[in-house]
Amino acid sequence: MSEVVIKVENLKKHFPINEAVPFKKSTQSVKAVDGVSFEVYKGETLGIVGESGCGKSTMARLINQLIRPTEGVVEFKGKNLATLGSKEIRSIRKSIQMVFQNPYASLDPRKTIEYLIAEPLAIHHIGDAKSRKKRVIELLEVVGLSGYHAERYVHEFSGGQRQRINIARALALNPDIIICDEPVSALDVSVQAQVINLLKDLQRKFDLTYIFISHDLNVVRYICDRIAVMYLGKIVEIGTYEELYENPKHPYTKALLSAIPKENPFDKKERILLEGDVPSPVNPPPGCSFHKRCPHAMEHCKKDVPAFVDLGETQKVACHLYS
Amino acid sequence: MSDVILKVENLDVHFRSSASIVKAVNGVNITLKKKETLGIVGESGSGKSVTATALMRLLPKGIGSIPNGKITFNGKDILSLSDKEMRDVRGNEIAMIFQDPMTSLNPVFTVGDQIEEAVRTHQQMSKKEAKKKAIEMLKVVGIPEPEKRVKMYPHEFSGGMRQRVMIAIALSCNPKLLIADEPTTALDVTVQAQILELMKSLQEKNDTSIIMITHDLGVVWEMCDKVIVMYAGNTVESGTVETIYENPLHPYTWGLLESQITKNTLNGDKLPAIPGSPPDLRNPIPGCNFADRCPYAKEICSTTKPQPIEVELGHIVSCHFQTNSNRLERKERVYIE
Repeated sequence: MSEVVIKVENLKKHFPINEAVPFKKSTQSVKAVDGVSFEVYKGETLGIVGESGCGKSTMARLINQLIRPTEGVVEFKGKNLATLGSKEIRSIRKSIQMVFQNPYASLDPRKTIEYLIAEPLAIHHIGDAKSRKKRVIELLEVVGLSGYHAERYVHEFSGGQRQRINIARALALNPDIIICDEPVSALDVSVQAQVINLLKDLQRKFDLTYIFISHDLNVVRYICDRIAVMYLGKIVEIGTYEELYENPKHPYTKALLSAIPKENPFDKKERILLEGDVPSPVNPPPGCSFHKRCPHAMEHCKKDVPAFVDLGETQKVACHLYS
Repeated sequence: MSDVILKVENLDVHFRSSASIVKAVNGVNITLKKKETLGIVGESGSGKSVTATALMRLLPKGIGSIPNGKITFNGKDILSLSDKEMRDVRGNEIAMIFQDPMTSLNPVFTVGDQIEEAVRTHQQMSKKEAKKKAIEMLKVVGIPEPEKRVKMYPHEFSGGMRQRVMIAIALSCNPKLLIADEPTTALDVTVQAQILELMKSLQEKNDTSIIMITHDLGVVWEMCDKVIVMYAGNTVESGTVETIYENPLHPYTWGLLESQITKNTLNGDKLPAIPGSPPDLRNPIPGCNFADRCPYAKEICSTTKPQPIEVELGHIVSCHFQTNSNRLERKERVYIE
C-alpha cells in the first residue's frame, strides 16, 4: 500500500446541548462523530456515505480542524494535528482544501472571480499581485473555464460553472488532499457528469487525494476507490467499491444499496425497507446503534457494541453477525 | 376515452420580466388516464415545475400567463374556471406535493390543524370529524402513534415524516390527480424508497393518477407508466417508460440516459456528459433549443423549429432527423468530451 496521507483514530466530536439554565454545565450532547478510525492513502479517493445526520460533514470539518475533536487523533502525513497551534494548522490547511455542496452559497456574490480564486494565495502570502493574476488565469483554464471569466461576478455563472470556480479555488494552493462535501448533489445530471469528469482528470494530473462525501450511492461507486459507510456517527463498514457493492456485509449497507432506485423499467429489485428513521444522536441506542432498525438484530446486539472484524484484505465490518 | 382524467393541449407559459418575455413552456401535451403515472423529467429550468404550477393555476398573477393551450381535467376546462371554482378543484380534486418538506408546512400550526384545514375547506365536516380524519390519514401514511403525533408541530418531525404529512394532506380529500414535484429529492435514499412505496400503495388503493416531476430517471423507472422528457421549455420526447428506455430517439434523451451513473458504469471510465449548459430563454431561439449542445446538429437545427412527430404509437419525438422516413444513426460515445 502506498503512503498514508490522513490517519484518523478513534475520532469523536460531541456537541454539548445548551440547557435553559444559565451557568449549568450541559450534561447531554449530540454525538455527531463517535469513535471513527480510518486511513486515507495517497492518490486514492475515499468515499463516505450515509444518511443525513450520520456525521459525514462533521467528519470533514474535523479532518481539516475547522472544529476541534472532543477526543481522538487526526494525523496528516504523520503529524498529529491536535497538538499544533493555530498558526501551524493554518499552514497545514494549505495542503487540505475543501469543496462544499452548495455552489450558490459558497462564493461571495460581491467579489470578482479573480478575487475569489486569488484569496487563498493572498491569505498565505504567496506571490505578488501580478503572479497571482497569472495563477488565477491558469487555474481557470485548468478547470475548463477561460481567462476572461476572471473579471466577472458569481451571478453570471451557472451551478456547474460555480462548482468549477470552487474547485479552482481549492486547487490554488496545490493541496495534497481535497475534501469534497457533496460537490455534485446540487447539480443536474448532465452537469454532474461534467464536474465528476473534471475531478477525475485533476486527480490524475495533480496526483490528488480525495475524501468524497455523498449520499448518492451511484456517484460514490463510480468515483471512489474505497468507501466507508457511516451510521449514527460510526463507520459500520469499509472496503473497496467492488467489495462493498458486490458483497456488502453489514445489514445497513445492504439496505442502503437496495434502496437505490431501479436502473431501468424492467429491473426487478428486491428491496430491504428499513423501518422508521435514524435514531437521535443525543441518545443513540446502546449496543449496536443499528439494532432498532436491523432485520437480523439479536439479543446481544442490544448490549454489546460490535467491534471491527477484518474480512479479507481491505473489507472491515462492525457487526455481530460476523464476529 | 372516458377514463382520460387530464388532457393538456399545446400549453404555453410565458413569464414577463422587466426587459423581456421568458418562454418557459412551449407546446406541452399531456394525456393522463385514471390510475396512470406520468413522469416529467428534465434539468433545472426545463419547465417541469412551471407546467405543474400552470395545471394548478398557481402562476404568479400579472407575471406568468398562459397565452395558448387548453387544460381539460375530468371534463372541466380548467383555464375558463372562475377563481372560486378553481379553489374548489385545487386541493380537492387535484392535490400537490412539493419538493421541500422542510418549508412547505406551516411551523406555527400543529400537523393535525393543517390536515383538518385541508379537509374542512373542501368537505362539510365538523371539527370533531375532521380531527378523526386527520388521525386516520396519519395512520394511512404510516406515522406511528398518530393520536399523539397529530398534536405535534412540524419541527418535531424528520424530513421523511414531514413528507408523509404532506402526502396525508394531499390525499385527505381523495384527489383524482396528485402532482408530486420532486417529492423525494430532499430525502435520503432509504427514506425515498419508503415514500415511493407509500405513494404506489396509496395509488393502488384510491385509483389516483399521478404526475411525477423529477430529474432522477431512477424514480421514473420505479414509478411511472409514461414519461415526458423536457428540455428548455419544450417536450423533446414522450412515450411509455419502456420505449423511452429501450428505444430513445432524441439526442438529448440519449445524453440524459448516458450520463446517468448506473452499476454498469465502470469505475474510472470517463463519464458521458452533455457539453455546455441550457440556453437562456430570454432570447428567442429560432431553431431547436438543443441545437447548440447537440452533437448531431446540422444547419437546419439552428434555423427551423422541429415539429413533434409520432414515430410509433404513443412515441412522440421533436427532432429534424427523427421522422417516419428518416432516422438518425446513434453513435457510440459522442457525449464523451
